Amino acid sequence: MNSNIIKRIWLFYYDGFKGMTLGKTLWIIIVIKLFIMFFILKLFFFRGELSSYQNDDEKSRHVIENLTTTSKPKT
Amino acid sequence: MFLASLADLSRLQFALTAMYHWLFVPLTLGLGFIIAIMETFYVRTGNEFWKRTTKFWMNIFAINFAIGVATGIILEFQFGTNWSNYSWFVGDIFGAPLAIEGILAFFLESTFFAIMFFGWNKVSKNAHLISTWLVAIGTNLSALWILVANAWMQYPVGMAFNPDSARNEMVNFWAVLFSPVAINKFIHTVTNGYVLASIVVIGISSWYLLHKREEEFARKSIKTSAVFGLISLLVLIWSGDGSSVQVAKKQPMKLAAMEGLYKGQKGTPIIVAGILNPGKSVKDIADNPIKYESEDAFAFKIAIPQGLSLLVDRKTNTFVPGIEDILKGGYTYLDKDGVQKIAPPIEERMAKGKLAIEGLALYQKARLAGDEEGKDLAYSQLMDNFDHFGYGYIEKPTDVIPNIPLTFYAFHIMILLGMYFLLFFVITIYMEKQAIISKHRWFLYLAIISIPLVYICSQAGWIVAEVGRQPWTIQDLLPVGAAVSGINPDAVRTTMLLFFILFTALLIAELGIIFKVIKKGPGA
Repeated sequence: MNSNIIKRIWLFYYDGFKGMTLGKTLWIIIVIKLFIMFFILKLFFFRGELSSYQNDDEKSRHVIENLTTTSKPKT
Repeated sequence: MFLASLADLSRLQFALTAMYHWLFVPLTLGLGFIIAIMETFYVRTGNEFWKRTTKFWMNIFAINFAIGVATGIILEFQFGTNWSNYSWFVGDIFGAPLAIEGILAFFLESTFFAIMFFGWNKVSKNAHLISTWLVAIGTNLSALWILVANAWMQYPVGMAFNPDSARNEMVNFWAVLFSPVAINKFIHTVTNGYVLASIVVIGISSWYLLHKREEEFARKSIKTSAVFGLISLLVLIWSGDGSSVQVAKKQPMKLAAMEGLYKGQKGTPIIVAGILNPGKSVKDIADNPIKYESEDAFAFKIAIPQGLSLLVDRKTNTFVPGIEDILKGGYTYLDKDGVQKIAPPIEERMAKGKLAIEGLALYQKARLAGDEEGKDLAYSQLMDNFDHFGYGYIEKPTDVIPNIPLTFYAFHIMILLGMYFLLFFVITIYMEKQAIISKHRWFLYLAIISIPLVYICSQAGWIVAEVGRQPWTIQDLLPVGAAVSGINPDAVRTTMLLFFILFTALLIAELGIIFKVIKKGPGA
């Protein structure tokens, strides 16, 4: 019974993807876009500024330091 | 150097990505419901024409969704990298709504989206229809959470600041969710999407009529979306009215910039249309007060007497503070608890803000030294002045004034185009009812031209909301200069260029595929 439902769900998606025409182009665009976003932009350009700190306490101290030092350079 | 400030560069980058993201979102929000309505006609009548019509608009929906999906994630990347102080400071206020958005979007979209596209002839008609409605509702619910987060930035409520972590912690989820700013913002934004989608459907359908193709498809699509668009626009106007009341109460400086209101008065007029006098500059308030006083605010204006007072307070003689009044203080306003107070001058708020920042520094010092008494004293200093925290970073009072021309013109472009769309929908419904729409080619061209106009209107609305609240990332608590990370400006320039290339490529791809699908037509 359970394996039958799983098989039907699998076939539903399999047939759906197989029968796509316009959808194939759209999926290619989605995959390229996600690759650029997560494997190029996120990995090389958007490393969180606070990710270099070990724990929340260190992150808090860093932000408090920033917030309480009002002469922080902006360039 | 142009845009040499890191805060300016980061703002420009955020604006660029948010505006590109917003090119895709509103069509998804509205077209989902138009498709669901069309499919309802199909299920109720059994007429295969409606199935074919639904499938065509579903293709347009799919293209827009596929190109636009995940473009908003880039904004979240920027929060962590460019705006790390801000990201930390907002704490779990953003985390909770965005997590709900992510879960909702994933489950609704991966399940019901698949049934909507793959389920024709595989599930019952009713099950398919329910899936289509759930996709429409799901995309709108996804928008709810990010709009709630945005509304909190405009009107921070339901949180408590924790000085140990320097984070705001949510103490009342319902206050955040049901804040009047959030409710108005959500309704105003999604109905904007409905109006936009309606005009896109009418514009594309008009193209078919111009080319004498698919007349029944085009006319019925026009009729459905014009009625949906008109109803949505009426709700949009109603929520816009509600938003103006909220802005007047919570962000009076934004309202003053929207209206080019330098000096308040009892019975303040509303500007219907106008050209600002470029000679009038807020910089002259301190630098050259004689010049400032001698310059009129407008080179040209059409105003309705007492209109602004009526709009924001439903009374003709209400005093609406202008930019100068807000700088000087002294006018009455209602605080977050609904208590009437006298507004302090900005200079006083700056002094209190400095005390709050100093309180945070002293608290941290005492905490690390294990000085409990010092902690208590510093905590009182911080919390007594916390409502003014962000003003401690302001260098001079005029820094709290947003870009007046950009806010003013964006607001009036939005309003005038909104009025045009009201007329446009009424004429469309009338012409369609009289069956004369195909005969008037001027109208068909007008409908096509209206597509870019509705996108301009939509973007203008966001410019009013976001530029108008400058310099704040979080109203009164954190200005952009203090929210920004200490990163290399060249890195921001590089990523901005990369975004521009990526998003432009996506936009070109979307338009190319959509034009191809339109050319083939619903019969393909």
